[in-house]
Amino acid sequence: MIQSIGNKSRSIEVAGGDNISPSAGGNSLRIEGISKTFVGGERVVEALRPVDLSISAGEFVCFLGPSGCGKSTLLNIIAGLEAASSGNIIVNDKPVRGTGTDRVLLFQEAALFPWLNIQKNVEFGLRQAHVPGKKRAEIARHYLDMVNLSGFENSYPHQLSGGMRQRAAIARALAIDPDILLMDEPFGALDAFTRDKLQAQVETIWSATHKTILFVTHNVREAVALGDRVIVFAPRPGRIIRDFHIDLPRPRSLEDHHLG
Amino acid sequence: MATPSISIPKKHVSTRWIGKLIRQLLFYVLLLVIWQLLASAHIWKDYLFAGPLTVLESTKALYQDGSLVTAILVSVRRLALGYGISLILGLILGLAIGSNHYIEETLGSLVVALQALPSVCWIPLAMLWFGLSEQAMLFVVVMGALFSITLGVDAGIKNTPPVYIKAARNMGSRGLALSTQVILPAALPSILTGLKQGWTFAWRSLMAAELLYNTISLGSLLEGGRDFGDIGQIFAIMIVIIIIGIAIDGLIFQPLERMVRRRWGFAV
Repeated sequence: MIQSIGNKSRSIEVAGGDNISPSAGGNSLRIEGISKTFVGGERVVEALRPVDLSISAGEFVCFLGPSGCGKSTLLNIIAGLEAASSGNIIVNDKPVRGTGTDRVLLFQEAALFPWLNIQKNVEFGLRQAHVPGKKRAEIARHYLDMVNLSGFENSYPHQLSGGMRQRAAIARALAIDPDILLMDEPFGALDAFTRDKLQAQVETIWSATHKTILFVTHNVREAVALGDRVIVFAPRPGRIIRDFHIDLPRPRSLEDHHLG
Repeated sequence: MATPSISIPKKHVSTRWIGKLIRQLLFYVLLLVIWQLLASAHIWKDYLFAGPLTVLESTKALYQDGSLVTAILVSVRRLALGYGISLILGLILGLAIGSNHYIEETLGSLVVALQALPSVCWIPLAMLWFGLSEQAMLFVVVMGALFSITLGVDAGIKNTPPVYIKAARNMGSRGLALSTQVILPAALPSILTGLKQGWTFAWRSLMAAELLYNTISLGSLLEGGRDFGDIGQIFAIMIVIIIIGIAIDGLIFQPLERMVRRRWGFAV
């Protein structure tokens, strides 16, 4: 199953290699026999055939495939926002159930809360964790700075462009300091220019924070530009058909890294 | 270079706004003149139809003996108090109905049924239960506003984009914090519609109830005008009631609606 693009050492992985060793320590993710079937009247829809995957800490993994291939379903199951029909999600050798702030999902629409300004949006998760106000503000400022949104603390989401909203959503997710970032076509609604800029920024953030990132996309270029690993899904029934390692040197983006 | 293209529409908007104001002013001045001419022509008997000058006299008299200000304060206070109670009860009820399937099937259906009852229909019951009293007035206001607010909250919760709740849960929001920090604010556009409808229903039924209750209030001044054959007073109080309605709508609900519509990025 495992193939390689590029010519670095990773291409020596063993076939069927679910056991890519989590040597980095940190938070590894194991997906064991996760499947999802919907029963609609007489019909049984196999949204996702049992999937086994092992993802090491700090890895950037792209789930690539057409719509209806179960890639978003798998991401939602990992986030704990959807229940699996079978199987286990194991984070750091512990099975997890339901949502957890160690795994934060980013949506195609930024899903910022329109009634809160950007600062308060980024502080939201910290507020749920009862982090004191001063500390909250400090952390929020740090991450807003990281996504180049300093100066927009008091703006409301409707005053920001689509790309800025998505960056604010990334800051909001990072503020909770999750080990795993789950990104469900986060740039799908953006224009090509904004998309390229944000890809570069995500790559920068990833190399700065060493988060494990699972990134769902149906864009081959995006998957190859970002991932250490590209896992290809096929629809009807949703299943994994390929697992590529991308050993191209980083940073891969041809775009300007400095965003204004 | 971009300046002219920005300033032109701006100027356009401001002239449109002034034009509208001038047209409205002209209309009302014309209306006043026709009204005065009709009154001066004495087509109808003087105790049936009062001209603007008579109404002005009556208003001045009501203001000078203090009854107008007292009446406004009494009526608005009843509205505010009853509406406040409705707001709290409506939020709790709406949240319960909107978030629990069984409560929706049972209590929800009852609220929908009671909403179908014109709110003035509560007046006889209020009189029987509480007598002619302050409690009866409050009861009428609460019953007028409660169901609209409840249904507004319920609809708001049902129409909340699920992505907000997903995002909030994912960031560790649970229980009461999820309700008050996410579900209720997300439902605000719809809640506002319910609040607006609730206040008009409450205000109308309060005025009706006050006609029957003889302590000083806007409704009783209106009824007093009939009792004493003071047509000027009737006209004056009617105008005051209209102005209060416009003021509450313009000072409270319209700014709120504008803010919500802009911030949420869609029409309410």
